Amino acid sequence: MKKFLRLTKERIRKFGQYWDLLVLLVQRDLKLKYRRSFLGYLWSVLNPLLTMIVMSIVFTEMFKRKIENFPVYLICGNILFSFMRESTTQAMTSVVGSASLLKKSYVPKYIFTLSKITSSMVNLVLSFGALLIVMIFSGVRFQWMNLLGFIPVLELYVFCVGLGLFLAAVTVFFRDVRNIWSVVTLAWMYLTPIFYSLESHTYADGTMKPIGLLIRRFNPMYMYVQQFRYFIMQWYVPEIEVPVMTLMWRGGLVAVLMLFVGLATFNATKNKFILYI
Amino acid sequence: MEELRIDRKGQVCIKITDASVRFNIAGEKLDNLKEYFVKLVKRELRFKEFYALKDINLTIRQGESWALIGSNGAGKSTLLKLICRILAPYKGSVEVKGSIAPMIELGAGFDSNLTAQENIFINGAVLGRSRKFMKEQYEKIVDFAELWDFMDLPIKNYSSGMRARLGFAVATIVEPDILIVDEVLAVGDAAFQKKCRARIQELLDRGTTLLFVSHSKGPVLELCKNAVWLDHGEIKMIGTPEEVYEQYDLQTDTKVTIKKK
Repeated sequence: MKKFLRLTKERIRKFGQYWDLLVLLVQRDLKLKYRRSFLGYLWSVLNPLLTMIVMSIVFTEMFKRKIENFPVYLICGNILFSFMRESTTQAMTSVVGSASLLKKSYVPKYIFTLSKITSSMVNLVLSFGALLIVMIFSGVRFQWMNLLGFIPVLELYVFCVGLGLFLAAVTVFFRDVRNIWSVVTLAWMYLTPIFYSLESHTYADGTMKPIGLLIRRFNPMYMYVQQFRYFIMQWYVPEIEVPVMTLMWRGGLVAVLMLFVGLATFNATKNKFILYI
Repeated sequence: MEELRIDRKGQVCIKITDASVRFNIAGEKLDNLKEYFVKLVKRELRFKEFYALKDINLTIRQGESWALIGSNGAGKSTLLKLICRILAPYKGSVEVKGSIAPMIELGAGFDSNLTAQENIFINGAVLGRSRKFMKEQYEKIVDFAELWDFMDLPIKNYSSGMRARLGFAVATIVEPDILIVDEVLAVGDAAFQKKCRARIQELLDRGTTLLFVSHSKGPVLELCKNAVWLDHGEIKMIGTPEEVYEQYDLQTDTKVTIKKK
């Protein structure tokens, strides 16, 4: 235990030493993302806004059951899910893509993964601008409670760091994970109530279909998206949704577990990275 | 910083004990899941073991200047990577005290999509220096590299000589405890090589430890007081550069004559 504490202290000290590097790498990612684009950072707001408009037109036409304040409902789910997809996809190639630096100098390798997740996080924060616009236009009442939305966002960040570390480590050894992951996130998106609500997974008598039960119980993205919606627009249907307090501790637990799995995988394999990149 | 380094002069700063580096050379390149599992099931997963370094023992003290001598593929760069912690030893241990500025295999690690200016700051941070420090030193770095007009150019458009200049300028301005120079000078022009040697000498005078690789004898004899001869991953000889070169030349000469017959 004492050794663990000492090691943790040492690691935190080292992290402080490389803080400047993390900041520079995040800046680099953001700079490269919008280089040579005319509107630049404005795209971080425009992109989710335009996606929301297209999706809400398509889905209000298709779905019979109407969701109240659908544009807000949609954009809440969409920006969080996009963050997860973007950050993990970027993080996956963070180690492989930094080969030129890693081959020639010593840097704690997780810094590169963390920088990818963090730059996506900055992007997410910018896209809250789009959320704000949609909230104003839909006439959703602003409340102090909205600020609690940072809780699921924080949980999601920790979750994505863990997942990103795991994927980054695996990708070093098997490059085709990249191709699998785009399919996995696609399936994951349809299994997350982003443009539909859990109600679409119920039978006529109101009981839940097995798929709905599974999503409600085991899909981490459901935990974060639903929490976020609760804080932003008080979206909560007592018969089908899980209470927000339960989601909060479950989401936190899942995030910490994921972080642990990610760190363990990364740590166990990091010394071999150099031989494969 | 400087005083500290002088104080430590003579203390052991790099200690390598029985270190080996092993690479698995796969029969073919395996980096996709399908092939991996197919081979795993068929039990055809075989790797050829290859020792890039074998049982290396070396102790280097602060302020010393060491040359690594050996033919291509003898393990010089691998040994340097081991010291920089880029590679972990498969067996044995490597202890290093102090900050290291590595220039391995022709230059420092740069991100080729970024401009030279951005790379200077990232490189400084990689070497553990704060942004404030790098801002203060920025002018000096550009002056030393003599690349005033090219700071906003992405590194991918740099020539290898320009890269080496920039890498060298950053690595020496941060005043590391241990400086590693691996063939960097080979790509610079004569005037710049001379300038670099003078700069290295300046750092040596201030107590920096130097690890130096070069295939030309001149700079080695000028800068280094100790030499290690590596051959096929093993230390063949340790001594002064003059002694080591004497033996080394003898062996390489005989090799050449054998081929001539």
